[in-house]
Amino acid sequence: MQAVRNCCAVLKRELKSYFESPVAYVFMVAFLVLTGFLTFSVSRLYERGIGDLQPFFFWHPWVYLLLVPAATMGLWAEERRAGTIELLLTMPVTMMQAILGKFFAAWLFIIISILLTFPLPLTLAYLGDPDMGVIFCGYFGSILLAGAAVSIGMLASCLTRSQVISFVLALLITLLLILAGWPPVTDLFVRWAPLWLVDAVASFSLMPHFESMQRGVIDLRDVAYYLSVMIFMIAAAQVVLDNRKSA
Amino acid sequence: MLEVRNLQKHFGAIRAVAGVSFRVAQGEVLGFLGPNGAGKTTTMRMITGFLPPSGGTALVCGHDVREAPVEAKRCIGYLPENAPAYDSMTVLNFLRFAAEIRGFRGADLVGRVESAIEKCRIEEIRHQSIGTLSKGYRQRVVFAQAILHDPPVLIMDEPTDGLDPNQKHTVREMIKGMAAEKAIIVSTHILEEVDAVCSRAIIIRHGQIVANGTPQELKSQSRTGRLDDVFRKLTLDKEDS
Ligand SMILES: Nc1ncnc2c1ncn2[C@@H]1O[C@H](COP(=O)(O)OP(=O)(O)OP(=O)(O)O)[C@@H](O)[C@H]1O
Ligand SMILES: [Mg+2]
Repeated sequence: MQAVRNCCAVLKRELKSYFESPVAYVFMVAFLVLTGFLTFSVSRLYERGIGDLQPFFFWHPWVYLLLVPAATMGLWAEERRAGTIELLLTMPVTMMQAILGKFFAAWLFIIISILLTFPLPLTLAYLGDPDMGVIFCGYFGSILLAGAAVSIGMLASCLTRSQVISFVLALLITLLLILAGWPPVTDLFVRWAPLWLVDAVASFSLMPHFESMQRGVIDLRDVAYYLSVMIFMIAAAQVVLDNRKSA
Repeated sequence: MLEVRNLQKHFGAIRAVAGVSFRVAQGEVLGFLGPNGAGKTTTMRMITGFLPPSGGTALVCGHDVREAPVEAKRCIGYLPENAPAYDSMTVLNFLRFAAEIRGFRGADLVGRVESAIEKCRIEEIRHQSIGTLSKGYRQRVVFAQAILHDPPVLIMDEPTDGLDPNQKHTVREMIKGMAAEKAIIVSTHILEEVDAVCSRAIIIRHGQIVANGTPQELKSQSRTGRLDDVFRKLTLDKEDS
């Protein structure tokens, strides 16, 4: 019980700190403008004449690639730079409670941004007759994808006290995990690597697991994949912080 | 109330703390002295559970910091070196956060925060964000965070560092005011402070205790009877003197 309260206290503080600084607003505007631009100007959502949000979700991995590291880069790097980590970890919270509190704060922050795109499905419902189940699946998958990206970003933030390095690291790791299963890249590799190898590498990628959810299929294996990415990254963050918190 | 048993800390090849043992009872204010790099901060970080010791342990109100870190942390108020605090938060929100993590709720939480604000005399800056505070006020805000839960053990790393004479005086008075019901450790480079607030002092050098006694006992170790001379005698390396 106390454990949950401690997590919530850390979560609340972290979430407040997003909204106390301009970061939150800059981030949300950037998120909405970027997704809007890509969906309407690049993918031409309305001109397609199909009542779904596929072109909208298509861009999510790429938008997260750029924006999630910006939201997570400060989580621990700033705490270490400013020395407040010493304050936080000498309060009666365990390291795991602090990590989970921060992780859920950042994830919740991204989820809020995602949910702010609600006018899009509403307009679609007004204009035509989209399959709301598919749209729901798309949002569900996008939220899981964001969770995985946040956990990667948080791990990168543990590794350094510089927010810039943390940002770049998170971006590189996420990019790697995206490209490993992105058809244009896998198609290149199929030419010289055995198919099973390409598939094995691709199964570690964030992309194939998101694709089926965009099409409206929630497969438990995909959900399990995202959850295991998050659990792995969180456990790694714990190990890294235990070893490097004072360095 | 606080017992330190043979604490050790190595950073790679550096021996920062090499077997430090002492006890602090309720009502005592222990001055923690030593030259730069002697291992004062490292020792305090191990007692407060921030750094895991390489060897030895500390008992805080009977809780072993290695086996029951959370229980031990509950009994400690800690003012880290340089008073780190969340710059973007207001003083009030920061203290509320500290109170929440210390397990207070509702009216109790408000009461705790208010009494800490009053004790540290930071009423006028309660809505200011911490990043904009002067050093002295910042120090007091972190101090307020340390005493908010009325901890039996209070650990302060250079609480008067960089303060003006008036603020130094205020902080010393606050420490003296709380001394009776707590066990307090204060590290400092200001030797007059030892006379002013401490009931006992420890001098460490290269991670080892070289003197432990009341200010009077320490002074008697030098012919001149001045703490400065004792400090210099005990901590200067042969080749430096
Ligand atoms: N994270 C760390 N990694 C490596 N060495 C460290 C680390 N922290 C402290 N040290 C070393 O341990 C020794 C003791 O440092 P400590 O900060 O405890 O000294 P101090 O007594 O608090 O000094 P000061 O009076 O300057 O505050 C120093 O030699 C320092 O360089
Ligand atoms: Mg120090």
